[in-house]
Amino acid sequence: MTASPPPSRLPARHLTLVKTVLFLACLLPATLLVEGWLADTLGANPVEAVAEATGEWTLRLLLLTLAVTPVRRLSGAHWLLRLRRTLGLFTFAYGCLHFTAYVWLDQQFDWHSVAADILERPYIAIGFAALVLMTPLALTSNGFMVRRLGGRRWQSLHRSIYAIAILGVVHMMWQAKDDLLEALIYAAALTLLLGLRGMWRNAERRRQLSTPRIPPGPSGRKVIRIVAK
Amino acid sequence: MPAFRDRYIAPSEITPRASFERRRTFLRCAAGAVAAGLLPMPAGAANAADTVALRARRSARWSTTEPQTPLAKLLAYNNFYEFGSSKGDPALYAHKLPIRPWTVVVEGLVARPRRFDIDDLLRLAPLEERIYRLRCVEAWSMVVPWIGYPLAALLRAVAPLGSAKFVEFQSYYDPNVVTPHFFGFLEFPYVEGLRLDEALHPLTLLTLGLYGETLPRQNGAPVRIVVPWKYGYKSAKSIQRIRLVEEQPLTSWPKAEHRNYGFYANVNPTLKHPYWDQSRERRIGDIFKRPSVMFNGYGDAVASMYAGMDLQRNF
Repeated sequence: MTASPPPSRLPARHLTLVKTVLFLACLLPATLLVEGWLADTLGANPVEAVAEATGEWTLRLLLLTLAVTPVRRLSGAHWLLRLRRTLGLFTFAYGCLHFTAYVWLDQQFDWHSVAADILERPYIAIGFAALVLMTPLALTSNGFMVRRLGGRRWQSLHRSIYAIAILGVVHMMWQAKDDLLEALIYAAALTLLLGLRGMWRNAERRRQLSTPRIPPGPSGRKVIRIVAK
Repeated sequence: MPAFRDRYIAPSEITPRASFERRRTFLRCAAGAVAAGLLPMPAGAANAADTVALRARRSARWSTTEPQTPLAKLLAYNNFYEFGSSKGDPALYAHKLPIRPWTVVVEGLVARPRRFDIDDLLRLAPLEERIYRLRCVEAWSMVVPWIGYPLAALLRAVAPLGSAKFVEFQSYYDPNVVTPHFFGFLEFPYVEGLRLDEALHPLTLLTLGLYGETLPRQNGAPVRIVVPWKYGYKSAKSIQRIRLVEEQPLTSWPKAEHRNYGFYANVNPTLKHPYWDQSRERRIGDIFKRPSVMFNGYGDAVASMYAGMDLQRNF
């Protein structure tokens, strides 16, 4: 069986189409929730259903955002990188919806109660921290901010996404009331995504370290070959 | 497909109440006929004719006049971990619960240990309808018209010995009945318990029905306990064994997660709970929460049982 590898670039026209489809797909869960709320089909506790669904979609989109780099690397479809900002911004949007459902429907904008909740219940504090940490990433996602910060600083800021993802999964796990199955699936997916990165980074480092250690002299030709590669 | 064009049901399509009730009568007659051996039992019929009417006199003294939670919500939103950990799971899977024949063994520190058939239990004492508030530790609540009689009636029938201090309830569990996978610390069979004075309190209801009929499976058929001033997990479902004991039983939730769930589990809005703020609750059907009340509003009747006890420690 000969499957042709996915194209590393897409024609602009196709990319626009893919981006439009992705945008609409990301809107779909929120649309279905609004529709379910209005039609009263979200079950006996619709507030809980909205809180759970928005939280789960935040995590799913976050994992999809983190999947872009490994999938791109494994498949060679480099155009996937062009979808990452949309995924990241929708992650933030669903996180904001999740937080809004909590402060509005659950806490009725009682900020004293919200503050007490954050201080008393670690899983709420962890979720809140994840949302706070996501905010600068959303604000610096546009091209202007990337240029202003410079690639290196922008990249090191955006590395906090790894911490945010861990906080998000812990937030879910902590309140998964005596059934960890679902939370463990998210944890396994995150472990895989972070593990691949760690593996690649280690391999990279080993390669870099091994280069200067090769003694000069008779094996000099070998060094040249590696450098040339 | 015109049937899918509109999600709203035309008034003409709504079953008139009279024919709805005729159907109930038909099902009851059919169930009677099946029981009498007149008709062969068709597969799945046990579900269709699941509940039968129960005659009960409403107890005004022990009933709230608050609006009752609609039956559809009582059937769709359940914590019954034997049939899955999601609220919607029991409605999907509890049909596997075999409710007849059913016996309840009452044993331990009693003068007259006894096995009760479910029909014995239905006849043991006059049935009452009691409209109770039900408050879950997860900060939601319902109002349910239960049918049953005080557990004290059953306990009197077996004559507890002077050494009996606690009552332990054990729920149905069959590891062969496959339910959705579940990964937690809760162990089965589910065990609950009450102090003897709590068990003998007139509010503690041995419950056989709700909304005028026998209990639906997902609500703990065929017999459960209802303790309205405590968090819902104290109201054990589908009880098969009742044991009178001297020591406080190690009940399922405190055994699984002792920091989150206590033995007493009295509704307590001042409790600092690591998962759910106990000061408020969402009445199912409402959007916003309302303040919770100590002992779920039954303090006048039950607070004296806890006089001098530190309810923050004995939560």
